[in-house]
Amino acid sequence: MRGPRPYMRPAESLWWAHPPYLAYTLREATGVAVAGYALVLLTGLISLASGEVAYDAWLGFLKSPWSLALHLLFFIGMIAHVWSWFQIMPKTMPRFVIGGRILPQNWITAAGLVVAMVAFIVTLVVAGWMQA
Amino acid sequence: MLPDTAAGAASREIMIEVLRYRSETDLRPAWQVYRVPFTDDMSVLQGLQYIKDHLDGTLSFRWSCRMAICGSCGMMIDAEPKLACMTFLRHYYPGPLTVEPLAHFPIERDLVVSVDGFIKKIESIYPYLIPKTARRPEEGEYLQTPSQLARYESFSDCINCMLCYAACPQFGENPDFIGPGAMALLQRYNGDSRDGAQAKRMELVHTENGAWSCTAVGYCSEVCPKQVDPANAVNQNKTRSALDFFLRALDRHAHSESSAPDGGAP
Amino acid sequence: MKRSIAPVFWLLFGVGGMLSALTGPALVLITGLAAPTGIGASPDFMSFARATAFAQHPLGKLILFSVIAFFIWHGVERIYLTLRDMHVGGRLTLMWICYGAAGALTIVTVGALAIVGF
Repeated sequence: MRGPRPYMRPAESLWWAHPPYLAYTLREATGVAVAGYALVLLTGLISLASGEVAYDAWLGFLKSPWSLALHLLFFIGMIAHVWSWFQIMPKTMPRFVIGGRILPQNWITAAGLVVAMVAFIVTLVVAGWMQA
Repeated sequence: MLPDTAAGAASREIMIEVLRYRSETDLRPAWQVYRVPFTDDMSVLQGLQYIKDHLDGTLSFRWSCRMAICGSCGMMIDAEPKLACMTFLRHYYPGPLTVEPLAHFPIERDLVVSVDGFIKKIESIYPYLIPKTARRPEEGEYLQTPSQLARYESFSDCINCMLCYAACPQFGENPDFIGPGAMALLQRYNGDSRDGAQAKRMELVHTENGAWSCTAVGYCSEVCPKQVDPANAVNQNKTRSALDFFLRALDRHAHSESSAPDGGAP
Repeated sequence: MKRSIAPVFWLLFGVGGMLSALTGPALVLITGLAAPTGIGASPDFMSFARATAFAQHPLGKLILFSVIAFFIWHGVERIYLTLRDMHVGGRLTLMWICYGAAGALTIVTVGALAIVGF
């Protein structure tokens, strides 16, 4: 028996701020850390292209407590990004069937995190080698 | 002395707040509270049945199998999409426990929502096998290995309960989004080795209301009572759609350079 | 049926996401914490001379462009979708602002890399 007047409840405009969606919004917010860090690098690149005086000013900014605190926040954001990235990654992949069984998604996540840790170390090693 | 329930003498009571709506008398939904005696083995569905049998016969709700296979009793229980038959009153004691119709759907009456939109979406994705080459009965069955089955099997477990639509905030924002359940069914067919109509279904996937309304919230897969993983169905098709986008662009570029008149094989 | 243009930005988001997942934490440590404080890196690690030499080298240019541009496109896609979730603006308005900003910053990056020289 169909009702003559269905009622559509008004949408909750702040849905993204409450559980269970808050975790998703915070995950997306790690994008601010990624883009924010790139912007800092870009200002450095622009100052580099503008000459030694401008570049030294940028280096001076990097040494300031504000910049150090900012990069600490960037670092936390990056770690949160790495963690959440490999949780979602298997969702974007088709099911792989190996030996008649489906490859578990958390194995794919674990493999990704291992690769990320190796890449972390490799990047540090390469940077260290570049100092020589 | 509390009244007996179907399960025997009840030792405790829980308050259940139900969102009521009857279009012939109500302008908008309103809460009604019931005091329900319960035993530890009683589901929320049984609580609602107690209300209807003993307290208020006007309460309307869908149910059928009582065992989480028909998909009828989906509702918001303490604001979470759940099947009432597999959610237990004892977890919410002392309450009050809120019961509302599934989020993001129009309310027909009380806890009954309109499923018309969802049915149309299911129908729109060509929900049947379209074989690559049809076989005649004399040729025998279409054969499939267990590995080929495993690739799509979970997507065939969907019971159309619509909890994933209640969970999906992007469906709440955009009712035209094809949604997790329909995409799971789409992938059930596209992933089936016997099927040959992937391209037809992908046309739906490529649109803004196809895979591209999804922002990978992932809550749909969390609430699914059958571990269908609709989030995987939608997001693996983002990958497919994106690769197809660029392969098509390359393909068009190659064809425009050769500029041979069309007339070749498909 | 009308195809969405979203795949373009999703692929940029994906490349940037993978690149930043693999190198982001290390790069932040190096350029933002180790080099400025001199802890774990020599104090002249990012000196003008060394930075110029790096940015003039073809490989250095590739690295700088990839990190800056892809990290920005990754972040912008997430910012765009979150602003849409928050109803800050209409879909097309937000697309123009967010993707326009990312496009402009990409051009600025290319320009700066060119000005630094070879």
